Amino acid sequence: MLTAVMILAGMGLLMGGLLGFASQRLAVEENPVEVEIQAMLPGSQCGQCGYVGCGQAAAALARGEATVTLCPPGGKALAEALAKKLGIEADLSDHEEKGPEYAFIRADLCYGCTRCIPECNVDAIIGATKQMHDVIAELCHGCAKCVEVCPTVAIEMRPVPTTVTSWHWPKPEPLAAAH
Amino acid sequence: MKIFDLPGGVHPAYRKEQSSELAIRPLPLPKRLYIPLQQHVGALSVPIVAVGDTVAKGQVLCVRQGSFSATQHAPTSGRIAAIESFVAPHASGLAQDTIVIESDGQDAWGELPAPIADPFSVDPAEIIERVAISGIVGLGGAIFPAAIKLNMGQQYKLDTLLINGAECEPYLTCDDRLMREYAAEVIDGARLMARALGARRIIVAVEENKPQAIASLKAAAQAHEEIRVTGVPIRYPVGYAQHLTKMVTGRETPAEHRNAEVGVVTHNVATARAVHQAVRFGRPLISRIVTVTGGAIRQAANLDVLIGTPVSDLVEFCGGFSETPKQLVLGGPMMGQPLPDLAVPIVKGSAGILAMSAAELVESRERPCIRCGSCVDVCPCGLSPMEMAAFIRKDKLDAADKIFVGDCIGCGSCSWVCPSYIPLVQYFNYANGVLGDQARQRRKNDRVKTLSEAHAVRAEQAEKARQAARAGKTAAAAPQSTNEVQA
Repeated sequence: MLTAVMILAGMGLLMGGLLGFASQRLAVEENPVEVEIQAMLPGSQCGQCGYVGCGQAAAALARGEATVTLCPPGGKALAEALAKKLGIEADLSDHEEKGPEYAFIRADLCYGCTRCIPECNVDAIIGATKQMHDVIAELCHGCAKCVEVCPTVAIEMRPVPTTVTSWHWPKPEPLAAAH
Repeated sequence: MKIFDLPGGVHPAYRKEQSSELAIRPLPLPKRLYIPLQQHVGALSVPIVAVGDTVAKGQVLCVRQGSFSATQHAPTSGRIAAIESFVAPHASGLAQDTIVIESDGQDAWGELPAPIADPFSVDPAEIIERVAISGIVGLGGAIFPAAIKLNMGQQYKLDTLLINGAECEPYLTCDDRLMREYAAEVIDGARLMARALGARRIIVAVEENKPQAIASLKAAAQAHEEIRVTGVPIRYPVGYAQHLTKMVTGRETPAEHRNAEVGVVTHNVATARAVHQAVRFGRPLISRIVTVTGGAIRQAANLDVLIGTPVSDLVEFCGGFSETPKQLVLGGPMMGQPLPDLAVPIVKGSAGILAMSAAELVESRERPCIRCGSCVDVCPCGLSPMEMAAFIRKDKLDAADKIFVGDCIGCGSCSWVCPSYIPLVQYFNYANGVLGDQARQRRKNDRVKTLSEAHAVRAEQAEKARQAARAGKTAAAAPQSTNEVQA
């Protein structure tokens, strides 16, 4: 009896010690939730949420300091996914879904100052000093950072148009409930 | 020949007799032709002509952008009147970039590529290249660039070319007439395609309700022992490539995989004829056979129509409407699209114009699902339509995706059979549209991520280089000043 108790107690102590040691030595430095959230975010570092990049936004979300609707490019789908991940109820009823946009440079206002070019983190703006700039619309992810730095207000955000190839059928009208 | 069974399928009223005995007639030359830059799946073609240019019949108007695209040619001689946004032959009714040709009435051919003299001894790549520059796309409705499918011999081990003459859509008779009247051209085109693919066997499959077509194809194929012409049971949708393959070879194409992976490539009969014309005469794809039919049309017809002809010209040629059509459809009644406007042009994928009278349409108010399971029985893809629709109705698209809504071919058998008139296939089209959007968005996000990471690395390197340069300058400047002091 005593031996059994001793063995069990010894094992408990040994394993407890081992676990304590492991938790010190093998500690994961990052918050795992934060890493998971970061993987869900678009990762374009656009800064529209008010944080420097997606990493910081993920950290804020993990700490519960930011709302799940913070990411405009992610839209409603991301907000829902984040709410699910964080186990919170998100009120999305007043969340207005903004369609995708792209930056457009007005040729008559741009004088080629190149200030917008370094702002674009996907290198979608082409042009050189005193040469008119243009945006490669397919690359633009609509962060609107270039709009802020343009001294002549030549850049505007335009909604990405629906084309024959991007159009799809709407949802069928629901069955009328009343008879 | 052994015919394998297929799950599901329906037997809608075929109503082909209205136009099936009417020989193909050429439509008089239209005054204006509207050629959209996008008449195929893949990248938009790029115009190489300008407004005011005169063009000859068969001249290239737009070149393909990459290989997954298609070239467009001038269907007649004339002047480029405009390159503008024009309403597309598409359910959305949206406009797309379109080249407008004002015909000069001459219909004079320009210079065409020389016919390939002995196509059975040249390099198969030459046939494929000819098909590509001739702007040929799948004329059965999929409008997939034909040259890409012909190139699949490079990638997969193929043994069979399946020529699809099923035409299982009700009302349509354009392929039926084409097989009856141009059987020799279809067979020759099929042999050319088999040569390009390296397939040793050709099967031509036709639904059994077209005995004359089967007879003329058999007569044309008599001299070639590698060709088998076979009838297949009448059941919609046997004409779907994967299903027809299963029916005649017994091989099932796995979900989300290509038909070629089971050793079979399918092409429509009209595509085969287009290949014949391109290889033997150097003629690009500038016309197609269109069935104009339906209860509301005065005189049904099978017409040989130049690509770009406004639908209104076809309707006018058929004597107009005998009554106000309840519904205008582009294509067949099962998978066709509502016609947004009579001004839209006939494009490469337009097989038919249906003017449906009220008597031909079943209209009833949707009622709740009674869980009868009819939709499950008829689904040719083995899906569970009622379950998928229930998920989609509640916006649970992920759940619908998990039970394979993506495998839906949109044949509409479920909607057709549903006793509660639930718009099932409409739900699936919507869901697949949204899921496609989401996939596109994910791809774009990945690209943005890659680009922004590369941008960050470059910015960091530039900053380092700047600092190094500054440090170098100070280091270079420092000893100098010391020297000055010493001096």
